[in-house]
Amino acid sequence: MTISPSVEKSLHPASGNALPRQQAKPWLLASWTLLVYGFLYLPIAVLVLMSFNDSTILSLPFKGITLNWYSMSLGDRAIRLALINSVKVAAMATLLATLFGLLAAFAIYRYRFFGKETFRIALNLPILLPGIVTGVAMLAYFSDLGLDLSLWTVILGHAVFGLPVALGPILTRLSQFPRSLEEAAYDLGANPGQVFTGVIFPYIRSAVIAGALLAFTLSFDEVVVTIFLTGRENTLPMEIWGRLRTNITPEIAAVATLVLLISTAIVLFSQWLTSREAT
Amino acid sequence: MSSLSSSLTKRRSRFPVGLYASLLPPLVWMTLLYFVPIALLVSYSVWRLEAFDIVQEFTLKNFQTIVFSSAYRTVIVRTIGTALGVTLIDVAIALPLGYFITRYGGRYRPLLTILVILPLWSSYLVRVFAWKIILGYNGVLNTALLSLGVLQQPSQIFLYNQFSTTLTFVHIWLPFMILPVITAFERLPKDLIEASADLNAPPWTTFRRVMLPLVTPGILAGSINVFSLTMGDFITPSLVGSPSGIMLGNVISSQFGVSYNWPLGAAFSLVVMLIVFSGLAIVVRQGALENL
Repeated sequence: MTISPSVEKSLHPASGNALPRQQAKPWLLASWTLLVYGFLYLPIAVLVLMSFNDSTILSLPFKGITLNWYSMSLGDRAIRLALINSVKVAAMATLLATLFGLLAAFAIYRYRFFGKETFRIALNLPILLPGIVTGVAMLAYFSDLGLDLSLWTVILGHAVFGLPVALGPILTRLSQFPRSLEEAAYDLGANPGQVFTGVIFPYIRSAVIAGALLAFTLSFDEVVVTIFLTGRENTLPMEIWGRLRTNITPEIAAVATLVLLISTAIVLFSQWLTSREAT
Repeated sequence: MSSLSSSLTKRRSRFPVGLYASLLPPLVWMTLLYFVPIALLVSYSVWRLEAFDIVQEFTLKNFQTIVFSSAYRTVIVRTIGTALGVTLIDVAIALPLGYFITRYGGRYRPLLTILVILPLWSSYLVRVFAWKIILGYNGVLNTALLSLGVLQQPSQIFLYNQFSTTLTFVHIWLPFMILPVITAFERLPKDLIEASADLNAPPWTTFRRVMLPLVTPGILAGSINVFSLTMGDFITPSLVGSPSGIMLGNVISSQFGVSYNWPLGAAFSLVVMLIVFSGLAIVVRQGALENL
């Protein structure tokens, strides 16, 4: 997501104005920002609150604090299996998506070839078009091939929309890569493989990690594609989806809170790692 | 610079193997797993279902069914209307926020950005469901309004209608709008704004004539995200929407599920694709291609 230079060129500078210079009023913007964050976090706050609710249904009124839903969710075998499946699916899908995304980004950055722009846009189609299109298209395809739906078909589906997700940040970073570094490495006698592993990859490593993390996150929580491609084994969102429509208890809120806590910890840790790398 | 690129060109012709090694694997992978399935989906849309069997002959029957049914036309109009509305509201929310974070965020800017992404790490399904807890009869909103004395009786008007559907969509897709908008504001050269102020332009003029044209690509990128996500979603309408307020996603998922009419479902998918492509065409015409 970068600003195209053509837009900068098309900028018309503001003409002189007789009005006196005014001070901006950041307090208005500040209160708006506060409101928006409140809006973003209201459902999450409700969710966390409900996970402690001593009631058998996931709803108000608040009947008191209990930790039962947490102990129940930790001992829930179906939830645990679904969680393991989700981690497996997201890890495999992320690996495939990042690998192919990295290759595609390198091809786009490094080479000139026929239909390059079309290739770039076509790779982005899985995230430009709604997930349901990917889901039903792959369902029809796998059924025509006679392939049984399983966690593997889910992995393939997630790897497909994960590719553009990983491609984005890698390509943005690559476009900022100073080519003179590459040229210097060649002049010093490095071969293309050495140039990639020794010069280019270290430069884009944080973008690769960011892309992979994003692909993992989106896969881990994906519903729409998964619904069409899943077999008998459930991922965590599929398990939650099943329960949302039948027996919904605060246990689901506890599970969601735990997932949020763990992923927040992972994200903050990776942020800390990249900021340490930068200094 | 020219000598550098020419020597790189020379090297390119010496190692064409690098191009094939990096281009072919993703190309083959995406062709086999995405482009062929999409092509298959398109051909399904011109096939037909007869006695639970798919007849592979060209027909426009499915599209006739869609166009001549007023119920389906209503669904299409409702889906486009909802997607446009949600997109516009998210732009209106994200613009002042993006401006504030990049202009006044200072050293808290990375933290404020992470705080926008963080909600995405809680389950999407549970976040949608949370709106049911907030807007429901025994919900947070009713409880608050009762205790404030605004309402005497809990109201049912907040949930299971177009309002709750729109509100939930606005909430769950908001990060996908805010992030590209923040990125666009971050790339805004500061001296342009200062120059505009030095030329005595009032803040509003600076915003409208200097900043807005520059952040438009970011807005368009976010808009296509939000529009496309809303166009294909069927979770939110089925959890918080009214039973009569179904969207195109619900129709497609039912045709590929219980109704078991894959050709008709494929035709509906094609309608969704065409609508999103029209939106994309607008974005591309505005020169925001690089942002996608």
